[in-house]
Amino acid sequence: MAWRERILGIWRLFNSPSRHYSLMFLTLGGFIAGIVFWGGFNTALEATNTETFCTSCHEMKNNVFAELKSTIHYSNRSGVRATCPDCHVPHQWTSKIARKMQASKEVWGKIFGTIDSREKFLDKRRELAEHEWARLKANDSLECRNCHNYNSMDITRQSPRAGAIHERHLLSGDKTCIDCHKGIAHQLPDMAGVPQG
Amino acid sequence: MKPVQILNFAAVLVFGLLVGHQCSRAPAPKPAATPTGSVAVPTTTQTSRSIDALRRGADLATEPESLPLARVENADIKRARAYPMQPPTIPHAIDGYQVDQHANRCMLCHGQVNSTQFQAPPVSVTHYMDRDSQVLAEISPRRYFCVQCHVVQTDAKPLIANTYTGADDILAATPAARE
Repeated sequence: MAWRERILGIWRLFNSPSRHYSLMFLTLGGFIAGIVFWGGFNTALEATNTETFCTSCHEMKNNVFAELKSTIHYSNRSGVRATCPDCHVPHQWTSKIARKMQASKEVWGKIFGTIDSREKFLDKRRELAEHEWARLKANDSLECRNCHNYNSMDITRQSPRAGAIHERHLLSGDKTCIDCHKGIAHQLPDMAGVPQG
Repeated sequence: MKPVQILNFAAVLVFGLLVGHQCSRAPAPKPAATPTGSVAVPTTTQTSRSIDALRRGADLATEPESLPLARVENADIKRARAYPMQPPTIPHAIDGYQVDQHANRCMLCHGQVNSTQFQAPPVSVTHYMDRDSQVLAEISPRRYFCVQCHVVQTDAKPLIANTYTGADDILAATPAARE
């Protein structure tokens, strides 16, 4: 069993005290290497969390990003706007990592051209939208609420209709944002059979 | 208008008058004065009430300033109909409402099912009928595009005065006319 001996040898190497390097070198070196790797990891993570990164794929740029541009989340009176990750990536670190792991499937889709044409995108649109609706429904529209905090929402400044409906359904908690505001930032897919409101 | 522009304008005006005067030797420099008159006071004709919405009476050499955009009335108060069978106007903003082959944002609230939830006036049952008066489960395709008939109203001033009189006013006025 030669490979068993080899594995045991590696185990003994890591399990025995260092023979040549001082404890300070190992601790400080490990500390610095940790900073470099952790910093590098987070920098790379944040680089993939920008609109520039998202729209570097034509799938995003020509379909969903083009649609976003005419909505209030891109262009409005005060100039505050939402970028892709503001709504589509959780802000909390652990949830963000979980979403980034899921996104490896999107990399797979990119490599094999799952939606590399407008027609393929339109065919898939309902399924893609349903994933986002399910995600926002499950986390009580957390990504909406990161900016649209109900406690800071002055419903007297809203139109009477919007204020009344928000008070009735949002305050009571029987609805969440995505229940009514589907397609707020992109075009809706074929909505046949989707319960709305 | 900046002082420099006024100076330039004056210089061109004087030059034009002199050239016109010397060339024609005619007793009337008025053709040169008439367009300058309309240029000098463009504001009198550039009102929002002008029927010519694009140029509003400004002459071709000047660029009329664009009017402020009218705002959509968003007060959510139902408006009276001006005449029987008038499609009711929309008393709220409909910015970005998607009404296409995939989805109809209006029917989210104004459909028969959801109208109670949103306290929105449901579309009439006639809108569910096809041309043979068969009532369908969904809004009839011929009624699908709401803004073909129902429109928002803005705070823009009417371009010209309107002397339209509704049927009720005519009926009310009739006895007086008879006497």
